[in-house]
Amino acid sequence: MITPKISPKISPKISMDMKMAWRNVWRNPRRTWLTISAICFACMVLIFMLSFQFGSYETMINSSVKINTGHLQIQAKGYFDKKSMRRVIENPDQIKEVISGIDHVEAFTVRANTFSLVSSKYRTYGAMVVGIDPVHEAAVSTLKQLTRVGEFLPNTQEYGGADMVLIGSLLARNLKVGVGDELTILGQGKDGSVAAAILTVCGIYESGIDEFDRNTLHIPIKTFQSIYSMGDAVHEIIINVISLRDVSMVKAQIINSLKNIPQGEALVVMDWDELVPGLTQAIRIDLTMGIIFWFLLVVVVAFSILNTFLMAIFERTREFGVMMAIGTTPKRLVKLLLYESNFMTIVGVGLGIIIGCGITMVFQIYGIDMSGSSEILKQYGMSGRIYPRLSIITAFAGPVLVWLVTVGVALYPAMRIKGLRPIEAMTHI
Amino acid sequence: MPIVEVNGVDKVYQQGDIEIHALKDIHLSIAPGSFAAIAGPSGSGKTTLLNMIGGLDLPDHGDVIVDGCHFSEMNQSQLAELRLNRIGFVFQSYNLIPVLSAVENVEYVMLLQGVEKVERRERAMAMLDEVGLSEKYHNRPSELSGGQQQRVAVARAIVSNPAIVLADEPTANLDSKTGEGLLKIMAAMNEKRNVTFIFSTHDKMVMDYAHRLVLLRDGMIADDEFK
Ligand SMILES: Nc1ncnc2c1ncn2[C@@H]1O[C@H](COP(=O)(O)OP(=O)(O)O)[C@@H](O)[C@H]1O
Ligand SMILES: [Mg+2]
Repeated sequence: MITPKISPKISPKISMDMKMAWRNVWRNPRRTWLTISAICFACMVLIFMLSFQFGSYETMINSSVKINTGHLQIQAKGYFDKKSMRRVIENPDQIKEVISGIDHVEAFTVRANTFSLVSSKYRTYGAMVVGIDPVHEAAVSTLKQLTRVGEFLPNTQEYGGADMVLIGSLLARNLKVGVGDELTILGQGKDGSVAAAILTVCGIYESGIDEFDRNTLHIPIKTFQSIYSMGDAVHEIIINVISLRDVSMVKAQIINSLKNIPQGEALVVMDWDELVPGLTQAIRIDLTMGIIFWFLLVVVVAFSILNTFLMAIFERTREFGVMMAIGTTPKRLVKLLLYESNFMTIVGVGLGIIIGCGITMVFQIYGIDMSGSSEILKQYGMSGRIYPRLSIITAFAGPVLVWLVTVGVALYPAMRIKGLRPIEAMTHI
Repeated sequence: MPIVEVNGVDKVYQQGDIEIHALKDIHLSIAPGSFAAIAGPSGSGKTTLLNMIGGLDLPDHGDVIVDGCHFSEMNQSQLAELRLNRIGFVFQSYNLIPVLSAVENVEYVMLLQGVEKVERRERAMAMLDEVGLSEKYHNRPSELSGGQQQRVAVARAIVSNPAIVLADEPTANLDSKTGEGLLKIMAAMNEKRNVTFIFSTHDKMVMDYAHRLVLLRDGMIADDEFK
């Protein structure tokens, strides 16, 4: 009797098992394509949805931030909760100097706010009067671009025009004023005195955010300071950083620098998340709903995979019986089946990633019309076009999840093989 | 010393409330190099006995000893190992792995044994030549006739150099001429390589080829004839 030569190498075994697995995958091409399509479709949807969600959050954050709050703000302690005129930054120049020395800061500007009565010839409304630095404001917010009628506030130092006012479109409509018309504002100065002024409308802006367009008007900061007896003080220093990712780092640096100046004690640094708490909440709700949807999608796909594998194994029980009878170990059979499920999944996930990324990229260029978006989203500036944002995370998070779930699900039918006895399997009909 | 010993084997199948006594106190010993047929009508226990000898099923009483290994002392994975290295199988049908070509099917057992690729291929081809399938190396089972498939199965059973080859009604699904051709190949292998063959049948022609005829009836040996 000749004893077979035992080879220490296992690599040829692996290639043969893989070859068998690959051929088994294509034994029932229709069923395989159906399964692959399900996996592929799930991946495509996940990639697109995730990219779309991230893109829309970025749009929401940026439009909110760009129109209004900026990425970061420095304010007097307590000003955010109670917008009292007296809680001011006494010496903004000193702080501007500090900020100038920090990396990743794109632009910054100062603002002052107060509530006043605004009257035209016809009507009177209460509105938020905002003092801005016309030169620097344009670098921080989109207010200048949003000015659809007339002109943005002039650079008062060079061209005068200290009595100019920029007004929201809905407020202008309510007051029935246009460019060149006069407005009277009446409020209270920081020292408690009566503050009043007559101003001329130089421009009208429209942001699409109704509340902003209905309730605000903007005047040069110098004018604000003199009308409301503010001296050199302001209420907010608004800072934009180069990228959303830099926010926390820049925030930490500012906090650190403020410790070294006398008035720093009385100031706080807030990021956009704290400034617009509703925005993060809206994002969180949207994300949660997204996750529920993904979960359902993945469950559906998982069942389709489970069905395919149970069927395949049921049909091939006899074959497994013969294989085990001639010496194939159950472990090896399980391995074969896991190769099969992995091959199918890899093809499906691979195609899904390619097609999903392709579709997402097309929409990333052309955008998606969101004029019909929900009211919650509209509040945060999500109107017009949304551009999905494909990234490593959005391209791979979904597919990796699908891959893990499918391979996990395929484990169950494969493991059932382990308990199979060869004669039982061979007599299986 | 016999290559196969069956000592007082009993096998009872439970089917609902009914007990089917498939084998009753079987004693059998088979010498190396035998070409033995287990004959008997359908339901007489042929398949059950071959499954016992092949280590695919274990007796309720008694012991089976193949090539010096006592089955009663072995666990499932040791039995699997023994099947792989010492026993070749030819079943009535569905013998081959459908996704593998003829030559790959023959190679498969050697793959399980860990034989190297080049040697595997050479031996598999030589074996297919011996069973007259030189033209069919790369055909899948579905592209082969029933007789050709059984010949591949015989080649696969023998290529691993087993101590015994067990064939359960290998000709049952073949016409008599093809069946006789298969039997001639088996007989030639037995003669040339001195491999022990034990096969079951209820076909008179097949019995004629056997050197020893064990007749089963109702799970008992009714006759044991050396020719
Ligand atoms: N798995 C099983 N469960 C119950 N009864 C069985 C089983 N396998 C075989 N039998 C019974 O055992 C007896 C012997 O069967 P078998 O060995 O297949 O006979 P043969 O191969 O000679 O036709 C028959 O009565 C058969 O019905
Ligand atoms: Mg039978």
